[in-house]
Amino acid sequence: METNLWRLLLSVQPSRGLVDEKFSVRVQNAPPAHPLTMHALLHSEDGDTWEAFGHYVTDSGGDVNVSEDPSLGGTYDGVEPMGLLWSLRPAPGSRPGLRFRKRDAQTPMQVRLSVYQGHQSEGFMDRAVLASVMVERWYMAPGVRRVNITEGGVTGTLFLPPGPGPFPGLMDLWGGGGGLVEYRPALLASHGFASLALDYLKQADVKNEYFEDAYRVLQQHPQVCKNRIGLVGLSFGSSVALKMSVYSNVIQVRKCLHTSCLTCTELNQKKTRYNEENQVIWRDLLLPVPTDLSKKVDVGRLQCPLLLVVGEDDQNWPVPESADDMREMMEGAGNSHLLTVLSYPRAGHLIEPPYSPHCRAGTFMAAVIALWGGEVAPHSRAQEDAWRKTLDFLRENLYCSAD
Amino acid sequence: MAQTVTPILSVLPTRGLVDEKFKVALENLPPRFPVTLHSLHQSEDKDYWEAFGYYVSDDRGRVTVSQDASLGGTYTGAEPMGLLWSMRPVPGSRTGLRLRKMDVQSPMVVLISAYKGHVFEGFREQPPMASAVTERWYMAPGVQRIDIRERGVKGTIFIPQGPGPFPGVLDMWGGGGGLVEYRSALLASHGFVSMALDYLSFETFKTHNECLSYFEKVFSIIQQHPQVIKDRVGICGLSLGATVTLTMAAYCKSISPRCCVCISGSHVFPSGVSFAEVFQFKEMDMGKARLDEQKRVIWRDMILPIPTDPQRKVAMGRIKCPLLLVNGDDDQNWATVESAEDMAKMMRAAGNDHLLTTLTYHDAGHLIEPPYTPHFRASNFIVQHSKQKVVMLWGGQTKPHADAQEDSWEKILAFLRQHLYPCPSSSLPQAKL
Repeated sequence: METNLWRLLLSVQPSRGLVDEKFSVRVQNAPPAHPLTMHALLHSEDGDTWEAFGHYVTDSGGDVNVSEDPSLGGTYDGVEPMGLLWSLRPAPGSRPGLRFRKRDAQTPMQVRLSVYQGHQSEGFMDRAVLASVMVERWYMAPGVRRVNITEGGVTGTLFLPPGPGPFPGLMDLWGGGGGLVEYRPALLASHGFASLALDYLKQADVKNEYFEDAYRVLQQHPQVCKNRIGLVGLSFGSSVALKMSVYSNVIQVRKCLHTSCLTCTELNQKKTRYNEENQVIWRDLLLPVPTDLSKKVDVGRLQCPLLLVVGEDDQNWPVPESADDMREMMEGAGNSHLLTVLSYPRAGHLIEPPYSPHCRAGTFMAAVIALWGGEVAPHSRAQEDAWRKTLDFLRENLYCSAD
Repeated sequence: MAQTVTPILSVLPTRGLVDEKFKVALENLPPRFPVTLHSLHQSEDKDYWEAFGYYVSDDRGRVTVSQDASLGGTYTGAEPMGLLWSMRPVPGSRTGLRLRKMDVQSPMVVLISAYKGHVFEGFREQPPMASAVTERWYMAPGVQRIDIRERGVKGTIFIPQGPGPFPGVLDMWGGGGGLVEYRSALLASHGFVSMALDYLSFETFKTHNECLSYFEKVFSIIQQHPQVIKDRVGICGLSLGATVTLTMAAYCKSISPRCCVCISGSHVFPSGVSFAEVFQFKEMDMGKARLDEQKRVIWRDMILPIPTDPQRKVAMGRIKCPLLLVNGDDDQNWATVESAEDMAKMMRAAGNDHLLTTLTYHDAGHLIEPPYTPHFRASNFIVQHSKQKVVMLWGGQTKPHADAQEDSWEKILAFLRQHLYPCPSSSLPQAKL
């Protein structure tokens, strides 16, 4: 005799996708008007557990289609095809200040999607699952090649797209956290750009020549188009990149893209603030934006298109104020036609590739918990929109325009 | 400096299941620019297979394979998956090749490239404008593969992800023999515990009863598996495997399959009257085998005319479960369409024809496999009992056969789900699709 009267069918397409690819999650064969919880579970490389969930009710055919049906509650609500990924947050009981970042870009994130009976909000590990599938999310498309770079004193990783090339190049500069962060360049290579991830904060005092050397390494690679190179930067990396593109005689970039960027380089430590959860707010350190030109990058001298991505709730750096100041400087200098600013309300500092979990506050340099800012849903929407526009901007400037 | 054309080629999803559609698109071409889209795959046997289609970019410099018509090549018209199903061995290859993936734990890797102009040969000698790599998997992530070697049975079980238990499907291949896993792996990726069986190497098919008890044992292995719902096990068979399926459903007393799928099969015993002889091929009337003008072997006449003697065919009146037949009307290997007509007649007479559904595909051949894999009208074959190497004519024309594979697979999955997945609103299993 059957003890179960019905068995669900859970399907996810694609079951192996790129990190920025949308997926379609469907439940079939349940009773009509039946409450179910869709749940996502991810184990980070550090052993932390992240989870997300949404509450659904099956339609008259006994189906749920996450791309079309609204979540009635959980870690996200409304019609959110990718909510099960971008609303992932550390499971209850986790260490504080976690940030999800994939260190090994060559293996996929493995997310377990499950269906639970009824509308559950906790204790998922102790409940019976109705159905479950494993979904892979990859930063590297098949055929992308990863090459260690250790020449000329430069330490980095180059990701090359499949195909004969040559390809436009990108130098990818991460933030003040340091280290060699590979996932974004791996993803950019999956979209056709030879991308160099650069480890530049190893020494306390990084010289400009290091970046110029790295630029040369990229430019001289046989599979890179010499005069189609761009710079991509996040946070501190943006400032570095901006400085390079304006002042360096070696680096002649085709275009720049900067997320959460600043022109100013002087810090006023006394202005560090703490919120009620003891998370560090650093945004005031660089305010007010100085008028003295010697204290900031003279963007009036910039000669290439510049895309700035700004989160208006950035609690780490005064990015919106900086962007305004940059626009003013460039209007004054007559090169503001090069500037595009994407500004997102309620998004924070860490605007990353889409569908990865949002981190409002996280451990920084193992020392403090920095408040990055942003609210989950608006920040996630910002990531999705900014990434799409970023890829369009890169293609337009590096693939399309004539030599 | 002249403007270099660097188009952007994308294939999504980058990693798909074998039966998933993909979208191939080219951007950043000049408008009205002729291009060739090309696919290349190296098989496990190290042979190269390729397909290609001719396109012209639109006014925005784009080619969208799922919408635009190919103007020539190995396929024509708007064919989203043409770059896969129209693949054939590259010029200069060995003859009589058949593309089959034996290691299902790794993907088929396909290189998709865009070439300038309309090229029909020499793809390896010139650099493409752009390339992308895509993976095609038989196994979804998390599907488990387990070797079965027990009680004289050799097979492989594939178990879907999740808590289970699941419905089960016994997967029976044809007279070519061997342990063919890919369809089972794909069925598991769709939520069925599936067992692929190597039954032709079972040496001791001496008597009718020995055969029956062997298959009863096989069925019980899958049925008793802790991850399988005991009363929701079906059987899927192709070619000779279909005949075995019908025999099991009709004669094995301790087996009650919940439903059966028979692809390119017949209820006629190819030789004599015994189940055992089905495997021995001893008495097969080889006199009726023909050769076509290219000396390819045609077996379809061997069971024609369909015998009227009930001893020479499976007693279809004894079938108690829903039965789906899938046939191609250009099948040159087995007279499956004639067999299906006779099966319907027998079942009408016995009063159980409400269980029968027949799908017949025009211009499809014998080897109706999961979709988007290449069609071969003929291929090398080793006749089991004589070990003779021949070129067997399977039949079918490429495009209709590809359509048949796509349509039949969808219907086979729907049929299996309908009968094997307990549904909240059903009380009795339904016979027709």
